[in-house]
Amino acid sequence: MAPPETSGSAPLRFVEAVGRSTLRAVEQVGFGATLVGDSAYWLIMGRRRGQVVRPQPVFAEMMEIGIRAIPIVTMLAVTIGIMLAIQGIYQLSRFGAETQVVVGVAFGMTREFAPLITGILIAGRSGSALAARLGTMTINQEIDALEVMGVNPTRFLVVPSLVAMLIMLPALVVWADIVSLLGAGLYISAELGMNMSTYVDQTLELLSAGDLLHGLEKSLIFAVLITTIGIADGASVEGGAEGVGRVTTNAVVHGITAIVLTDMIFAFATTRS
Amino acid sequence: MATSSTDAPTAILVRDLVTHYGDREILHGIDMEVRQGEIMVIMGGSGSGKTTLLRHLLGLEKATSGSVQLLGRELTELDESGIYEVGKKIGVAFQSGALFSSMSVGENVMLPLVEHTRLDRETMEIMMRMKLEIVKLAGFEDLMPAELSGGMIKRAAFARAVVMDPVVLFADEPSAGLDPVVSRSLDELILNLRDALGMTIVVVTHELESAFNIADRITMLDQGNILTIGTVDDVRSSDNVRVQHLLNRCFEEEVLDPDAYLARLVGEGRRA
Ligand SMILES: Nc1ncnc2c1ncn2[C@@H]1O[C@H](COP(=O)(O)OP(=O)(O)OP(=O)(O)O)[C@@H](O)[C@H]1O
Ligand SMILES: [Mg+2]
Repeated sequence: MAPPETSGSAPLRFVEAVGRSTLRAVEQVGFGATLVGDSAYWLIMGRRRGQVVRPQPVFAEMMEIGIRAIPIVTMLAVTIGIMLAIQGIYQLSRFGAETQVVVGVAFGMTREFAPLITGILIAGRSGSALAARLGTMTINQEIDALEVMGVNPTRFLVVPSLVAMLIMLPALVVWADIVSLLGAGLYISAELGMNMSTYVDQTLELLSAGDLLHGLEKSLIFAVLITTIGIADGASVEGGAEGVGRVTTNAVVHGITAIVLTDMIFAFATTRS
Repeated sequence: MATSSTDAPTAILVRDLVTHYGDREILHGIDMEVRQGEIMVIMGGSGSGKTTLLRHLLGLEKATSGSVQLLGRELTELDESGIYEVGKKIGVAFQSGALFSSMSVGENVMLPLVEHTRLDRETMEIMMRMKLEIVKLAGFEDLMPAELSGGMIKRAAFARAVVMDPVVLFADEPSAGLDPVVSRSLDELILNLRDALGMTIVVVTHELESAFNIADRITMLDQGNILTIGTVDDVRSSDNVRVQHLLNRCFEEEVLDPDAYLARLVGEGRRA
């Protein structure tokens, strides 16, 4: 088989491929940024332009993104909370400082694990669903139909998801904070014979509003990332049903990668002293 | 049959439209005019550029050069609010139907009313039922698109396209894949809409019979060029070999007689 007309050697072609995918990534980021800007515009200006953002689709999305995710978020958060407690007690017992586990669990969960786990979970659950929906709608000419009807697709499709995500992801993180700390508390009180109410008091005393906010701020960023990546990947669909499968997978991989990287950068920028 | 007079005002004006997909030039300088109140049928072989042309008429695709005017407005220069205004005046029945899968049939048909009017819910529902009645889908408003057959999806899409009584109606392959009875009734519907409401209608179709039934004029595309534009009689009696070839081929596809086809296969087998 004749090679494509690209010039020359394998390393060169590799560089070219890297260049091309970098370009595509930059393009996607640009698209995502535009999407956020447009969404803000329609949210604020929609009424004046005769294109209102309706509350019902927002509620429907909140139900789907938030309420339906409660069971799985609860399960994972409790599990991680208990895991942290187990590992914490094991490590700290070497210094005879088991009771300090409360500190580790409280900070670890609220600042790091609750937002991260919830973000990853929702990227897998709702980011992929968004990409699949947008991909299918693109292929089925539904986006075209919206445009010729004079209905702005960003206002109609993106804004409700984005708003719902911005409300529900922080809410889920708060919920994850609560249940994971309670789960860890149950384990700690059983293991160390600590009174549950003592545990709760200690935790509340340790945690400041800043710790909770640290997690919530991150979850707001995650919400924007998950939505824009889901939409951008979904809109990039090509071909038929396999195309939709591909963009759905992309949305999960891109979403989780973006969340983990952002988490690291955020922690680095705000926590280092 | 051709009722539109030559001096009717222009609804759509295309001038020297050239377009590319990537490096490939798809349309090579299209000129056409659709007058108000006429039914223009766009025909042509597969891949000749019918859908591409339609997408330009709708402003969904950006041309390399040339101009497309829809109801007096240059589509290539419209901003968001211009598109919104034009959107109120046109209806489109897409080839795939393009019904929104998360909404019921009724909600789909009502969507343009919800988005563009301040009518109360009851009025909108009455209008929605009327349009569903017209496409013979009365009573199906609560079903979801996934519960409809292919032909029903097309008819529901048609109902949605006409729910605002648009000035210009576009339909991409409205009768492809429908049984002859329903397809005939859609043709009737198209004729009625033109006669009763003076609607301007642009139809892309493969079906020669349907085209001859409804068309005031026919635009025939061939590999991205306009082969001919004229009335049904003009096209039918054209002495252009390419036109005759396309017409005959369409007929062949339409009335493929299985026995004759088998006989031909067997004959070819013997010869080989
Ligand atoms: N999205 C696209 N990207 C690249 N090329 C395209 C695209 N869509 C259409 N084309 C090309 O443009 C040409 C015209 O296609 P178009 O869909 O307009 O044909 P058509 O007349 O509608 O055919 P059919 O009757 O089969 O629907 C074809 O050669 C096709 O390969
Ligand atoms: Mg086509």
